[in-house]
Amino acid sequence: MASDSNSSESQRIAQQRLRIIAGHLQKHKDDDSGTIATECKAEANKGTVPRKRQEIMKWNGWGYSDSKFLFNKKGQAEFTGKRYRLSGMVLPSLQDWFENTFGASVNHKSPATPALNASAVPPASLNEAFVEDLKATGIPFSHEAEDRVFRAHGHCLHEIFALREGKKFERVPDMVVWPNCHNDVVKIVELACKHNVCLIPYGGGTSVTSALECPPEETRCIVSLDTSQMNRILWIDEKNLVAHVEAGIIGQDLERLLNESGYCTGHEPDSMEFSSLGGWVATRASGMKKNVYGNIEDLVIHLKVVTPRGVIEKSCQGPRMSTGPDIHHFILGSEGTLGVVTEVTMKIRPIPEYQKYGSVVFPNFEAGVACLREVAKQRCAPASIRLMDNEQFQFGKSSFKTLPFHLCKGIYIFKGFDPHQLVVATLLFEGDRERVLQHEKQVYDIAATFGGLAAGEDNGQRGYILTFVIAYLRDLGMDYYVVAESFETSVPWDRVLDLCRNVKERINRECKERGVQFQPLTSCRVTQTYDAGACVYFYFAFNYRGLADPVHTYERVEHAAREEILANGGSLSHHHGVGKLRKEWMKESISSLGVGMLQSVKDYVDPDNIFGNRNLL
Amino acid sequence: HPHQATQMSNYCLNILVFVTLQQRDPMLKRDCFEDILEERRNSSDLKYALRCYAPVLYKGVTPCKANMLKNIVLQSDQLHYVINQVSQESGEAPDIIQEEASVILEEMAHRLQISTVRCFAFALSKAFKTLFQHVCVNEEGIQRLQQAIQEHPVVLLPSHRSYMDFLLMSYILYTYDLALPVIAAGMDFMGMKFVGEMLRMSGAFFIRRSFGGDKLYWAVFSEYVKTMLRNGFAPIEFFLEGTRSRTCKSLTPKLGLLNIVIEPFFKGEVFDVNLVPVSISYERILEESLYARELLGVPKPKESTSGLLKARRILSEDYGSIHVYFGQPVSVRSLAQGKVNRSTYNLFPRHIPRKPMEETQSFVNDTAYRIVRLQEDNMVLKPWVLMASLLLQNLEGLELSVLTEQTVWLRGLALSYAAFLDWPAPTAKVVSSSLALHRGLACVSGDRVSLVVGEPLGPVTPEEALFNRAVSVLSCASYRNQVLHVFLRPAMLAVAMLHLSDEVYNCFSFLWDMFSNDFILCPGDTVQDFEEACYLLVKTGAVQMPQQDIVMTDIGQPTLSFFNGLLEPFLQGYQVVCRYLCEEASEGLTEKQYIPAVRSFAVKLILAGNLRCYEVLSSDMQKNALAALLRMDAVRKVKNRMISHINQTPISPSLSLVAVAEDLYRDGLTPSYIR
Repeated sequence: MASDSNSSESQRIAQQRLRIIAGHLQKHKDDDSGTIATECKAEANKGTVPRKRQEIMKWNGWGYSDSKFLFNKKGQAEFTGKRYRLSGMVLPSLQDWFENTFGASVNHKSPATPALNASAVPPASLNEAFVEDLKATGIPFSHEAEDRVFRAHGHCLHEIFALREGKKFERVPDMVVWPNCHNDVVKIVELACKHNVCLIPYGGGTSVTSALECPPEETRCIVSLDTSQMNRILWIDEKNLVAHVEAGIIGQDLERLLNESGYCTGHEPDSMEFSSLGGWVATRASGMKKNVYGNIEDLVIHLKVVTPRGVIEKSCQGPRMSTGPDIHHFILGSEGTLGVVTEVTMKIRPIPEYQKYGSVVFPNFEAGVACLREVAKQRCAPASIRLMDNEQFQFGKSSFKTLPFHLCKGIYIFKGFDPHQLVVATLLFEGDRERVLQHEKQVYDIAATFGGLAAGEDNGQRGYILTFVIAYLRDLGMDYYVVAESFETSVPWDRVLDLCRNVKERINRECKERGVQFQPLTSCRVTQTYDAGACVYFYFAFNYRGLADPVHTYERVEHAAREEILANGGSLSHHHGVGKLRKEWMKESISSLGVGMLQSVKDYVDPDNIFGNRNLL
Repeated sequence: HPHQATQMSNYCLNILVFVTLQQRDPMLKRDCFEDILEERRNSSDLKYALRCYAPVLYKGVTPCKANMLKNIVLQSDQLHYVINQVSQESGEAPDIIQEEASVILEEMAHRLQISTVRCFAFALSKAFKTLFQHVCVNEEGIQRLQQAIQEHPVVLLPSHRSYMDFLLMSYILYTYDLALPVIAAGMDFMGMKFVGEMLRMSGAFFIRRSFGGDKLYWAVFSEYVKTMLRNGFAPIEFFLEGTRSRTCKSLTPKLGLLNIVIEPFFKGEVFDVNLVPVSISYERILEESLYARELLGVPKPKESTSGLLKARRILSEDYGSIHVYFGQPVSVRSLAQGKVNRSTYNLFPRHIPRKPMEETQSFVNDTAYRIVRLQEDNMVLKPWVLMASLLLQNLEGLELSVLTEQTVWLRGLALSYAAFLDWPAPTAKVVSSSLALHRGLACVSGDRVSLVVGEPLGPVTPEEALFNRAVSVLSCASYRNQVLHVFLRPAMLAVAMLHLSDEVYNCFSFLWDMFSNDFILCPGDTVQDFEEACYLLVKTGAVQMPQQDIVMTDIGQPTLSFFNGLLEPFLQGYQVVCRYLCEEASEGLTEKQYIPAVRSFAVKLILAGNLRCYEVLSSDMQKNALAALLRMDAVRKVKNRMISHINQTPISPSLSLVAVAEDLYRDGLTPSYIR
C-alpha cells in the first residue's frame, strides 16, 4: 500500500518529507566495505534482504518467519507478527469457512518437518578451480546446506510440499554467490565460462514455474547467483522521470526508496514484497496498477545484461526506437536462460496526489465481466480493477467477519442479489483529487448499467489487503491436509466467461476422476483488463486426505486445467512465465518456428549453456 | 500377399479382438425393460395427463419461454453477422433481412405448451393401449438420462423407423417427468394443418428439407439450435438418419445437425455435450406395406391430417410391442479427446460462420457412425426378425417344424453374436404368436409356412402379380434387415470365402467398400470389421484359421450357407444394376431416368424367369448401388448424366468391378452353395 487513503493531504506531505530526511541520514550510516568496485560503494544501502535469507524468511513456506496464519487453542484463526494490517488479529469465522469449504478439520493436522535435515541435502560438488578464482575476486559465497536449499526452489506447490515433508533433494545448487554490483556479475560470468560452471540467477525466489529448480541431469557445478545485494538506486533523472536501479532490488525497497524522493514506479505485482526488479524483467511481470503505469515491458527504458558473450545494452535512452526487433524483448521473459540482468533504467512517476479505493457488487459473474469489458472499451479503467467471483467473495466474507472492519457490512443491504451468485469488483483510483473523483463517477455509472452497486471504499481496500496475506494462507492449508495453488492466463474478452466456467468444471471433474475425496475449491478473478482481453487468475485447492500422492494428483489436475485453458483460447501465461512447468506447451503456443528463433538466440548468446536452468525451451 | 499376411497375424490375436468387441458390445450390461403401458391400463389417463409435471433442467436453469428464445436468437452476434453479410450481397437493407430472419424463425420455432403436451399425453395413452401390447423402456437408461440432463446439454438421437418415433419419445419423457425435448422435424409435417400446429406446441420445430445455399436460413436455424443447446433449456432431439428408414436398415447418418450441436463444444461455449442414442424397435411397423409400396415406386402420400386419420383407422389392430432403449450418454468431450485440437478455434471470431475444419468433419462423421452403430446394438430383435430371414431364403415356403427348428438354431447363432433378442416364451409358442401377429405377411396352410402374396382382386397382369409378390418380399425383408447389423460382417466374410478363397481379405474389403451405402460400416474400420468377422466365425466354430488360412469347418456349412443366402439379394441386386449399366444404359442416362429404367430391366428379367430376386426392385437398393458405383468411380456423373466405366475400372490390383460383378452374377451364389 503506497499511501493511506485516510490521511489528509498535509499529513501526507509531512510524512513524505520526514521519509526523505531519514533516507539521507541512512545513506551515510551504512557503508558496506565488502564491495570492491568503486561505483558500487557510491550509494551503499543494505536492503531488507540479508544474505542469509532464512534468518527472516521461512525456509519451507511463504514470506516472513514471524508472519503466519494458525488456529489457536480456541480453534480460532489468527495471523501472527506485526508486519501486516491483519497481524495480531483473530479471524473467528475463518475456521468455519475452512472446515466447510474443504471438509477439513482443525483436529486433523499435517504438520511440516520443523527444520531442514542437512543429511537430505546432496553434498556440494564444487569446481575447485572456479572457487579458487572466485575467492581472488573477494565476492562472498557460501556452500552451506541451508543457503543452497533456500535457492533450490521457488514457490510451486510441489516444491513447498517437498520441503515440508523433509524429502530428500535430488539436485540443489552447489554454491551461492552474492555479487554486489554489475562488475561482480561480469567477473562471475567470466569465471563460469572459463571453468564451465552452470549459473542460475536468483532474484526474489518467488517463481511459481519450477524456474529455480536445478535440472537433475546437470553434472557441472551449479552456482546460484543471488542478486539480492545489488539493491541500490544508482541515480534518479527527474528531467526524464527515469531511475537507474540495480536489478537485485526487491519491489518494496524500490518503492520505499523512490517514495523518499517523492517518486514511485507504480509497478506492484502481488509478490512485490519479495520479488526483484531483475526477476520482473526475466519473467515479463505485470503489476496491479498497470492501467496507469504499464507492465514491466512498458516501464523498462534501458537494460544492462551480462551474458556469456559479454554485456548487452543499448546505446541511448530514446523512448522508442525503430532499430529492428527490440533486443529488450529477447531479455524480457528470458527466464534466466541468457544472462543476468544487472541494471535497469525504468520510468518513474511522482507519487500520486490522491488515492481512493472502491468496490462494486454485481448480481453475478456475467454482469461483472460485462462491466469490466465496457470499462476497458471506454478505456477508463482505474489504476486497478479486479473482479472476484462468488467463491472469493464468500472467503472474504468469512475472513473479515466480526473484525474491526466488515467487508460485507454494506453488501447485505443489496437485497435481491443472491448471496451465492453475487460477485465483487475492487477498484483503486490514483491521480489528482478532482480527476479521481470524476473518474470514479464514470466507472460507477458504467457499473450501474450492468446492475452493479457501489459497495464502499473500505470493502475495496480490504480486497487489496488480502492480496498480500493470501499467499500465507496456503501454508495454513498445508498444515491441515489442504493443498492449494494459483495459476493465471490471459484471454480475449469474448471467451472470458466460457474459459472460467470450463476450467472450473474441468478441475472439478479431474479431481473426481483422480479420487479426490472432497469437493475442491475452484475460484477465479479477473485481475487485469486490456483493450482486447483480460487476465484471469485461478485459485484451486482441495483436501487431500485419502490420497496416496497428493502432489502428483494436484499436478495432473493443474496440467488438465492448463490444457483446458489453451483449448478455450487462453494463453500459456500472462505473467508467471513458463519455467520448466509449462515448457511442454511452448511449441503449441508460439509454433516450432518461434521456438527455433528463441533457440537460435540462446545458441548464439550462450553456446555452452552456462545459464543452464533449462527454462522456457 | 504381404498385406494379407499381416491381416492374418493380426486377427490371430483373438484375445485382443475380443477385448475390443467387449468394449463396443454392451451385451453383458444391457438393462431390463419396464412396460409403461401397464400402469396406464390400471389407472386414469386423465389424471396422468393432468398430473404435476416438474422436470429437472440443466444446472437448474429456469425454463425459457418460446418468445424469449426467439429474441435471443434474433439478437445474437452470429445472426447479425450473417444479416449484414446478406444485406451487403443483396443490396437489401439490413432491416428487411432482419425481418426475413424473423419470419424464418417464426416458421421454424417450436411453441412448446404444457397444455398441448397434456392433450397428447391423454390421447396417446388411449391410442397406444389400442395399438400396442407393451411399450417397454429401460428405466436405468431413463435414470442415466435424467442425470445427464442436469450435467450437460443433452442431444437425443433416436433411430427413425416410423412417424410414431417422436411422439413416442416425448410421451416417454413426459411419463418419466423428464424435460421434453425440442425436436427437429421435417417441414412436410407442417402441411398437416392441425397436427402440424399440435406438434409445434408439443415441442417440434420445423426445418426445410433442403436449403442448400440459403445462408440466412442456415444461420437462423443453426443459431436457434445452438441457443437452445448452450442455455440448456431443453434436450434437443433429431434423427441422425435424416428420414424414416423405409427398409428398417439404419441409414447413412446425415451430418448437418450433428455438426451444429457439436460446434458449441469445440468453441468452448459449453463444457460438454451428451449424445444419447435411443433405439426404438417396433415388433410391427405401422407403415410396413406403405414403405414397400413406396420403395416399389408408388409415390409416398403427402402427409395430410385426413391421411393420418385414415391410417389411424386402418391401423387399429395389433402391432405387438415397442422397445425403447435409452443408450449410455456419449460425451462429445471424451470422444474428441486427442482427435480434435480445440485450440484451432482460437484464431477466428466465434460468431462468424465457418466451414468445419477437415479434422472436425471427420470427427463428426465418425461420431455419427458410432452413434448409429450404438442405436443398432441396442435394437431389440423379435423372433419374427429371425423367421423372416429364414422365410426369405425359402420363398417357396417350408415346414412349420423346420421353421421352428431353424429359428431355434438361428437364435443360438444370433445370441452368440451378441444380438439383443426378446424371446418372451418357448420358441414353439413364440413362433406361432409371431405368425399370428404377422399374418398379413406369412400364412400357414397345413404344415407349410410361406409368404403371403397380396390377394389378387380379379384378373391381374403378370406385372401386377409380380408387384404384389414384391410388396410381400420387401415387407418381409424390412424385418430381416433388422438383424443384418448382427450378421453383416461374418456374412461378408462368408461370401468372400466362397468367391475368392485365396484372397479373402481383398474380397471382404471390396464387399465392405461396395456395401457401405447399404449398411452402417464406420469409415476406416475395414480391418477391424474383418477381424471381428473372423473372430465371430471362429467363435461359433464355422471356420478355422490354421496358420495364414481361413477354412470352413465340418460343422460350418449351415452357418456359411445361411450367411450367403442372407446377402444374396444384395449381391444379386448390385449385379443387376451393373448388368443394366453395362448392357442397356445409354450414354445420356439421367438420374431421374435411372430408377424406372433399372426397375423395368429387372421386371423383364424376372418375368423371363432369369431372375428370382425381387429386392432389386427396391429403389433404395438401386440408389445405394448407383451411389456405390459412383463412389468407386465405376460410374461418373457428367452434368447429371451417368457415364459408365464399369468395363474399364480396376478396383484393386487383382479385382475389377466388372470381374466381380460378372463372377457374382454368373455363379449366382445360391445354386453352387446351398443344396
